[in-house]
Amino acid sequence: MPDATGLELIAQRVRDRLGGEAVRDTVFFRGEATLEVAPEAVRATLAFLRDEDAEPWESLMSVHGCDYLPDEPRFGVHYQLLSMERTDRLNVKTRVGIEDPSLPTVVDMFPTAEYQEREIYDMFGVVFDGHPDPRRILMPEDYEGFPQRRDFPMGGEPVLYTFNEDSYPRWYD
Amino acid sequence: MEVTRQRVDDLRVRQLRAQQMLKGDLTDADLEEFVQERLIFTKFETAQNWARKNCLFPLGFGLACCAIEMITVIGSPRNDLARFGAEAIRFTPRQADLLILSGRVSIKMAPIIRRLYDQMLEPKWVISMGACASSAGMFNNYSLVAGADKFLPIDVYVPGCPPRPEALIYGIMKLQDKIMGTPDEGWRERYKAHGTEERSEGAGVA
Repeated sequence: MPDATGLELIAQRVRDRLGGEAVRDTVFFRGEATLEVAPEAVRATLAFLRDEDAEPWESLMSVHGCDYLPDEPRFGVHYQLLSMERTDRLNVKTRVGIEDPSLPTVVDMFPTAEYQEREIYDMFGVVFDGHPDPRRILMPEDYEGFPQRRDFPMGGEPVLYTFNEDSYPRWYD
Repeated sequence: MEVTRQRVDDLRVRQLRAQQMLKGDLTDADLEEFVQERLIFTKFETAQNWARKNCLFPLGFGLACCAIEMITVIGSPRNDLARFGAEAIRFTPRQADLLILSGRVSIKMAPIIRRLYDQMLEPKWVISMGACASSAGMFNNYSLVAGADKFLPIDVYVPGCPPRPEALIYGIMKLQDKIMGTPDEGWRERYKAHGTEERSEGAGVA
């Protein structure tokens, strides 16, 4: 990980290139450097970090989704970058709201993101514009809803405990 | 020692009498006794079920971690299911007549399992192995079917997480008892499911 100073330097280089609105915040927590960027700037930021930065980050290790309910904007998408040359990692994080949960895809830059963006769409419903194959990947294609959202019902069957055994229907009822 | 010698002597006597019978040396009363000694009378259905229960063909089909235990049962010499006449694994549903649901059944897998089941020829039997296939087990969530009996008729449930190989063998022996106890009765009769046949009206019905 870059140290706190190195993170500020990276953020400053991104700001110089993409404008001051691109980077919203920098977080350095327990040795992990995180760059929080605006959703409309996430593609440009990743392109800059991959190709033009003085310290390039050539590979994308993983893309995650996250639901921050009840915080707003609700969904977070985390891109974890790795530089094999410097054995260094950097998180790029962005947030999108429930009204328009969409982000530009990065599959053309990092092909590994294809399945992971499909998974984020499947589990959280964040749409990646321009994705070559925007289908569900884990759940059946006719599944309704996005199961990893925190307001999604747990599903399955009610579990009988002593406190609710009188109120839940049982198989012999 | 004495008992062994006695049995060997009995066997010799039987062999000798068989030889005499083949030569035509046995006459009326002796011949009658010879035939009575060697015949077993039973009903045709019983004989048929006896044959069926001793040649179960399990489908080579695993779903999750229970499949490891299932493979040691049907495929390894240690647990040797051949003792109970069910060791011939078939990897196509069209030749199998026993489906062992070994593991969790996800809602994405359920239609595939149902299709495999429909492709098996009757008579056919299903064992639900382990807690997951019977009731979704510890996974009570959005992705699993809570109990494979929601879309399949199941004959024997084997509890456990996963069941020991001995438990599965016991389940198979229970199934064999069930096969013997229900003479020539399809699962539709057992589950009162007449009218669920998936074929169009008049097609292929004699």
